[in-house]
Amino acid sequence: MKAWHFSENAYPYLPPAESYRSIRVTLPSRVYDPEKGATLYDRFLDEWCIAEDEGLEIMLNEHHQTATCVDPAAPLVLAALARMTKKARLLILGNPIANRRQPVRVAEEMALVDVLSRGRVEAGFVRGVPYEISPANSNPVRMNERFAEALELIVKAWTHHDGPISHEGRFFHHRSINIWPRPYQQPHPPVWISTTSPGGAAQVGKLGFVQATFLTGFDATRQIYDSYRRGWREAGRGQDVPIDRLAYAALVYTAKSESEAHAGADKLLWYVRANKVPSEFSNPPGYVPVAANVKMMRGAEHPLSAFARGATVESAIAGGFMFAGTPDQVLAQIKKHYQHVGGWGHLLIMGQAGFLEHEETVVGIRTFAREVYPRLKQMYPDSTVSGF
Amino acid sequence: MPGQIRRIAGIDLEVHDAGQGAPLLFLHSAQGFDERQEIAGLLAARYRLIAPSHPGFGKSALPDWLDNVDDIAHVYLELLDRLELSQVAVVGCSIGAWIAAEMATKAPERITRLAMVGAVGVKLGPVDRLDIPDIFAMPQESVERLMYHDPARMKLDPATLTDDELGVHVRNRETLALLTWEPWMHNPKLKHRLQRAAMPALFLRGESDGLVSGQYMEGYAKLLPHARCVTIPGAGHAPHIEQPQAFADVLTRFLAGTDR
Repeated sequence: MKAWHFSENAYPYLPPAESYRSIRVTLPSRVYDPEKGATLYDRFLDEWCIAEDEGLEIMLNEHHQTATCVDPAAPLVLAALARMTKKARLLILGNPIANRRQPVRVAEEMALVDVLSRGRVEAGFVRGVPYEISPANSNPVRMNERFAEALELIVKAWTHHDGPISHEGRFFHHRSINIWPRPYQQPHPPVWISTTSPGGAAQVGKLGFVQATFLTGFDATRQIYDSYRRGWREAGRGQDVPIDRLAYAALVYTAKSESEAHAGADKLLWYVRANKVPSEFSNPPGYVPVAANVKMMRGAEHPLSAFARGATVESAIAGGFMFAGTPDQVLAQIKKHYQHVGGWGHLLIMGQAGFLEHEETVVGIRTFAREVYPRLKQMYPDSTVSGF
Repeated sequence: MPGQIRRIAGIDLEVHDAGQGAPLLFLHSAQGFDERQEIAGLLAARYRLIAPSHPGFGKSALPDWLDNVDDIAHVYLELLDRLELSQVAVVGCSIGAWIAAEMATKAPERITRLAMVGAVGVKLGPVDRLDIPDIFAMPQESVERLMYHDPARMKLDPATLTDDELGVHVRNRETLALLTWEPWMHNPKLKHRLQRAAMPALFLRGESDGLVSGQYMEGYAKLLPHARCVTIPGAGHAPHIEQPQAFADVLTRFLAGTDR
């Protein structure tokens, strides 16, 4: 069992939400004060270092043109962390490779940081949330196909060491691929992929990479994991799916008392509440299948959107999006989720958001690391097999 | 009633073929072709109306290799071969006009007369201003305001459509994105090729069209050696839908060569 401290590097000092149409894509950057931004970067990097000191691993991600995550070039922050830390694994989840024009460059970035960190990179790849389409001017149609080819190309670039190779695919073309440096880890850094759909998870299972899912609660997570396990087995990888192949991201806040924990947890809900995005950015054409769009035109709503409107700490815990409370309570909530979905080997802790101040963030990190994490590791050793 | 499926260029293509008379190839806009619309009847009463659904629209298949408007022009030249039509008049609406323009640069001898309705496909303005507003970055209500002279009358009501029809609507929009996303609504090469399209051409635009400006239409028309422009009152980007009778009258006169 590994737990990862994850911060989105949010910039929370915004005008009233009524004054803008979208927190993503179109919110003018004049709202961003670089001086305050510099202080925030210092703070978030410090928090990652504290998480390492407490025995946690480190995770970061990438978004563009948004106040919710001012980390538009995550490999740069990953490189900084590689030099600021010594032992933590460094998970980037992930590189939005359906939106990167040159996957070989991504392979180079990951290889560089892998060497810089002496083999601590965990290289995650994401298709990217729909709001990333506009900033990248990326075609929302055929993203999955582009993602798959980019991933194949990156692994190819990492693993060939005998001079140039070529790639003439559907989306990407290279006559000479021969990256320097090559990765520190052999044959390449562990690969993670995030998916929120069962169809996607079966593909990841087939490839045997680590599958992460974000805020999918109880039943949807179970469906995704079931698909992953099916894909894994159908690809002939054996009956047993190792527990370290599956990861779950939740909002997590632990403190000594329930009231203190819930106060901190409520601030984490900024992630959900502040995410004001109109449908032209949250649902570009081709991002979800035709049938799903037909359902939406008939009034269907995404479970997380329905939740977001009236989000409370209690409803978030009940929905399996959040683990919050005293160490005993958090442990019990995790156990319930873990058992419902068939288990996971990585907890991605969304442990900072919005106006959760530095001291509060550190309380959450320390209380979890000292009073939940050791018991969690004992309860679910790495030898556990996923599934039922 | 859907059109017949014909295999053209390896693609299962839906082709509506109705009426008798001189052949008229009708290339629909992003909304697709619906033979229940008034314009379809008006045109089929005078011509042999041949209206394919573009690949990825209507019931037409979308092959993996196809991802831009120019690809469709090649498919339709093959369609003309297969229908054994050495020459046709062509009317194209919006992206249909773009397809028609691409065809006209490749095989000008096969197009007797070319009608371009709310045509997109070229980049004329400055680098820091979109020639065509980004309809994918605005709410649907705003798109409808730009599209129509009378948005309230033209509003799509999902409740009146079957799941199948709604699915076609969603898929049409998806294919539109695939074809037009980048470069946005144009082929940078097209304006350097249009001098070959020397057949008589007529550019039509609804006076309330918020997507294609009058200036854009005139600039586009100037790229063809023999093109004129006409504006249709009481209509937006789809004058053939909002003012079918007036549109059909203008088009018929142009196709007959009696309009000047």
